[in-house]
Amino acid sequence: AAAMTMNADLRRERAAATFQPLLLTHILDGGPERTRRRKEIEALVLNDPDFQHEDLNFLSRSQRYEQAIRKSSLMVMKLREYGIADPEEIFWFKSFVHRGRPEPLDLHLGMFLPTLLTQATPEQQDRFFMPAWNLEIIGTYAQTEMGHGTHLRGLETTATYDPSTQEFILNSPTVTSIKWWPGGLGKTSNHAIVLAQLYTQGQCKGLHAFIVPLRQLGTHEPLPGITVGDIGPKFGYDEMDNGYLKMDNFRIPRENMLMKYAQVEPDGTYVKPVSDKLTYGTMVFIRSLIVGDSARSLSRACTIAIRYSAVRHQSELKPGEPEPQILDYQTQQYKLFPLLATAYAFHFVGAYIKDTYHRISGDINEGDLSELPELHALTAGLKAFTSWTANAGIEECRMACGGHGYSRCSGIPDIYVTFTPSCTYEGENTVMMLQTARFLVKSYTQVSSGQQVTGMVSYLNDLSRQRIQPQHVAARTVTVRINDPVSLVEAYKARAARLVEAAAKNLQAELNHRKSKEDAWNRTSVDLVRASEAHCHYVVVKLFAAKLSEVSNAAVRAVLTDLCLLYALFGISKNTGDFLQAGILTSAQITQVNQHVKELLAVIRPNAVALVDSFDFHDVHLGSVLGRYDGNVYENMFEWAKKSPLNKTQVHESFHKHLKPMQAKL
Amino acid sequence: SVNPDLASERQTASFCVEKLTALLDGGAEQTRIRRAVVAAIQSDPVFSRENQYFQTQNERYEAAVRKAVHLQKKMHEMGWTENGPEYKYIYRALSGDVAFLLHRVFMRSISVLGSDKQIAKWIPLATQLRLIGSYAQTELGHGTYLQGLETTAVFDIATQEFILNTPKISAMKWWPGDMGRSATHTVVFAQLYIHGKCYGIHPFIVQIRSLQDHSLCPGITAGDIGPKMNFEAIDNGYLMLKNVRIPRENMLSKFCEVRPDGTYVRQGSQKINYFTMTTVRISLISDEVLIPLMKACTIAIRYSVVRRQSKLKPGEQEAKILDYQTQQEKLLPQLAAAYAFHFINDYLQELFDRGYREIQRKNFDMLPELHALSSGFKAVITHHCTAAVEICLRACGGHGYSLLSGLPSLYTKILASCIYEGENTILLLQTARFLIKCFMAASAGQPVPPSVTYLAAVKPGKCPAKNKSDFLSPDIYTEAYQHVAVRLISSTAAKLQDLIQSGAKKYDAWNQCTVQLVQAAKAHCHYITVKNFAETVEKLETKAGIQRIMKHLCDLFALHGIFSNTGAFLHDGYISAAQMDMVTASYLDLLAVIRKDAVPLVDAFDFTDKSLNSALGSYDGQVYQRLYEWAQKSPTNKMSPAYERYLKPLLHNTLSKL
Repeated sequence: AAAMTMNADLRRERAAATFQPLLLTHILDGGPERTRRRKEIEALVLNDPDFQHEDLNFLSRSQRYEQAIRKSSLMVMKLREYGIADPEEIFWFKSFVHRGRPEPLDLHLGMFLPTLLTQATPEQQDRFFMPAWNLEIIGTYAQTEMGHGTHLRGLETTATYDPSTQEFILNSPTVTSIKWWPGGLGKTSNHAIVLAQLYTQGQCKGLHAFIVPLRQLGTHEPLPGITVGDIGPKFGYDEMDNGYLKMDNFRIPRENMLMKYAQVEPDGTYVKPVSDKLTYGTMVFIRSLIVGDSARSLSRACTIAIRYSAVRHQSELKPGEPEPQILDYQTQQYKLFPLLATAYAFHFVGAYIKDTYHRISGDINEGDLSELPELHALTAGLKAFTSWTANAGIEECRMACGGHGYSRCSGIPDIYVTFTPSCTYEGENTVMMLQTARFLVKSYTQVSSGQQVTGMVSYLNDLSRQRIQPQHVAARTVTVRINDPVSLVEAYKARAARLVEAAAKNLQAELNHRKSKEDAWNRTSVDLVRASEAHCHYVVVKLFAAKLSEVSNAAVRAVLTDLCLLYALFGISKNTGDFLQAGILTSAQITQVNQHVKELLAVIRPNAVALVDSFDFHDVHLGSVLGRYDGNVYENMFEWAKKSPLNKTQVHESFHKHLKPMQAKL
Repeated sequence: SVNPDLASERQTASFCVEKLTALLDGGAEQTRIRRAVVAAIQSDPVFSRENQYFQTQNERYEAAVRKAVHLQKKMHEMGWTENGPEYKYIYRALSGDVAFLLHRVFMRSISVLGSDKQIAKWIPLATQLRLIGSYAQTELGHGTYLQGLETTAVFDIATQEFILNTPKISAMKWWPGDMGRSATHTVVFAQLYIHGKCYGIHPFIVQIRSLQDHSLCPGITAGDIGPKMNFEAIDNGYLMLKNVRIPRENMLSKFCEVRPDGTYVRQGSQKINYFTMTTVRISLISDEVLIPLMKACTIAIRYSVVRRQSKLKPGEQEAKILDYQTQQEKLLPQLAAAYAFHFINDYLQELFDRGYREIQRKNFDMLPELHALSSGFKAVITHHCTAAVEICLRACGGHGYSLLSGLPSLYTKILASCIYEGENTILLLQTARFLIKCFMAASAGQPVPPSVTYLAAVKPGKCPAKNKSDFLSPDIYTEAYQHVAVRLISSTAAKLQDLIQSGAKKYDAWNQCTVQLVQAAKAHCHYITVKNFAETVEKLETKAGIQRIMKHLCDLFALHGIFSNTGAFLHDGYISAAQMDMVTASYLDLLAVIRKDAVPLVDAFDFTDKSLNSALGSYDGQVYQRLYEWAQKSPTNKMSPAYERYLKPLLHNTLSKL
């Protein structure tokens, strides 16, 4: 395949681009130096024979797990050999080794070690950190139970302190309390940080974290009192041994409770932690990673679908002419280009949250927690907003590839199943949206009582100014110029304000109907989710528009401006009702918006391939026959199919077992 | 024993579940027959699906072949025949998990496209499974656009044979089911050439594997196309032909024939070919689309009353997640859609039976309408139901992602329906073409088919609703849907004409309007679905609470459609901003009403636990116990070689206990 030349269509597409993709790649990476380093690490991994293996699509689940474990162990050694320690560089390395898939040591590296660092006492770090760093201990983080996920207070696992032996006795008292889903728990880990309800001196003190050994060092057999195993096949995540854990009067020493904050003294006296706001930090961090992951996963799917749409020819546009590239059909552009714009938007949002997190982390270390609630609310909402959108977008990309998208050789099914659980893990999306809504309603109430709010919700301040006139917030006239990103930001702002206000008023009305607070909240929750979505949508448009002014190269800025406009206008055309009902836009303007969306499709069309090239996914990382950089799709589909397990023998054994005996009888 | 959380849901049903099941089946007698078939199949261990979530592609394929062979025997034993009343329930009872489905398409294409002589020769052989057929139409490079297919069949007068070739890689047949490993014969669609002249696409029967040892015939390259998102049991295949010669008699020749001297003769009407495609599109709706959605709703709704999470009121027990408004808003509209599409499917079936009778009388008048309806509804229903199944999956939190929930495989299977038998966007554009044509005709005062007569009666106006309960009147919302459909169709027609009048070429104007055309076609189908649901409800018996609950579902389906597409209704002010708030209020009220009957409404679908094959959705609601039991059967819980090979060297084992 290496000898093949580039598909002529793709060559033409690349020659016609109005900008240099490499410049855009630099922007996405955060500078030319970051791009260079990323590619250096990529080459380090991809040229390493240790990381080669058969196409994972042809392996069984056990084989995939085995390959992943093999690569993970090598990865850990090589990271240290190469001295790669920067978190982002580790992330790249891991992502190239595992090609964007999860791996069994994810929880060890991503949760077990960091939790030790942040929540263990110095003594505990001495005991556990180095063995874990050297992988004598492989740990996971066991929080979710069969019966409870996002609602942590409902977890049922118990850790009861026994002062006579100075031990905690861990129990899974019900079927629903069995730990279920933690990655790496099934087969890989020999330890886990277990979250359990702490009981001491007859009182429940709420959830706390305990280091629990699971398997015998040496034999790897489960310890007495521990029942542990794999939860079976899932939608994707074949490499990961998500596990279950049932504990039956399992005793651990007192010193195994993570005691940097809360403590249990030898006599059983409980010492409260100073502040619980600090745990926000980790959640914000992980949710911000999901925003970045939404961007990357959607970018990969877009790369595949857009390259394939430039290679695939079908039907006719003009009678008598050759079949056109399917990317020339308006309906195909309408499916793909808004998603491309969305992928770019989410990249910039991901980068923004990461930066903000690092900035605020600095403040937190200096004791300033003032910005944390807003950031927490914002990341919860954006995690949900971007993962929902990307999830649907990946599916649309697959559908846009017709039948071949359905084959695993397209790579999109794999991207989808790897990505889709992020709608649920680290906080179920609807619950996340409601958390954001809680913050929005709170801010609205604050404004109503005459206080100012700051940050991304400061648009709510305008509401109080308007209340001076007896006018509905939405009824104010926003002069929207549909060619101007800044003006579109204002339109989104007005929509968010209107929906937040409507939800807050409906909530108040329910409360006035003598209902309990929780009941009123529940009866307004559909409105509240809509308000959060509108808020997040506004934030995304705002951040995208703000990014444009930072771009110095005129050609790149021009193409990003087209994408930004498409993102904003497409969002309006998909939600026209909100803009019409609030009187932000007139029907005539909506018609113009719809028309302008279609014009932008044609404007973006010549740059479509260059725009996905800028994401700069290596073919090995992309893992798609349809999305190959060289566009030699059909030849390689055939080569790929020949390796299918069903093709191992020319005549399948089923013929001898079932078909032949039957035909003989007839 | 039944989980008390599920049992309590069943005690408060406002209607008779058994009556509703009978309504869905088309009568109590049908229910009885269906249950008998399901019982016979599901009690036979050969048809068990118990461990299928743990099986590899090879194992799934082998099991499917074993079942297909066994099914022949079973049918004989039970006295079921292809024309008997039991036949249509067999597939449902097997949950589609059986090989040789394309064999039936092979037989149908011979029956429809073959001459009497060909039928007499091939059908008996195929019926007895002396050969296994497939249907090879799609190629690597072409799918829905049939004229673009590149396989060639050149007539050789000297030997009275056709020579079949795959001239380039993109011409390779790709995707046909049963072709990768099983089929001995296949109907190949190829461009017919006689004396260097191309006569277009024609069907040819080609033998691809030996009937003795199953080895590939000379000139044939065939195999499996590799893993897909689902259909592990099916050997979708590829096929390359190199100078494969077949006798002249193997071209299916009911309508077109090549005489020995090379004369090409076309007889009868080609339109009948369309009708075959049309019927396939309609027939897949029930088995491939509605049943998966009904199963997904059953699983998600039952699970949502077993799962308790967080508290609605302080001090109380954690609430069932179905008591959360956001959960109701996810699931109940999908449940309503399942019923709405069930009834539109009945409507379409009836229309097609009538169409079929007309066509047999050589009256082809209904064909354009049938074609447009089948294309549009296939697209709208498959798209809607696919999205709905995914919503059900994601509404089950983490456990939805476990294969043991049954939801991932329902989803990956139903989503293929958006592509096969015609890619949805292309189908919607076909419907749009029909609608634009009818609109022009109606505007010019010409007669149009019954389903589109509403286009002639364009009456501008405003929605007369005064309060939120007005939106529970079918007349009010049906009119609103009609108004939107007319507006979208007429404005797109006007746009097309504008473009053409300002000098755009017709095809260019068409491409520039395709986004709008797709929306117009969807609006038309949505309107017909709502109208049909409302009309169906009106005719239902008022006894046993059936009509009342169906009316609620109809209202919910209609209002959900407005709520999730407000812009279309607000656009020209047909519904005002204030009225839209009434729609929302009415819609949210309905969720709470239907919530009470949610479990009985899915119970009425009457799926056995074996059909559902879900740890979350069983009738008894013992969710967690089942999940735990099933997980332990996973092959990954046998000792994996990974420990000895990789983990052991990794874990230094210097310490024995920490």
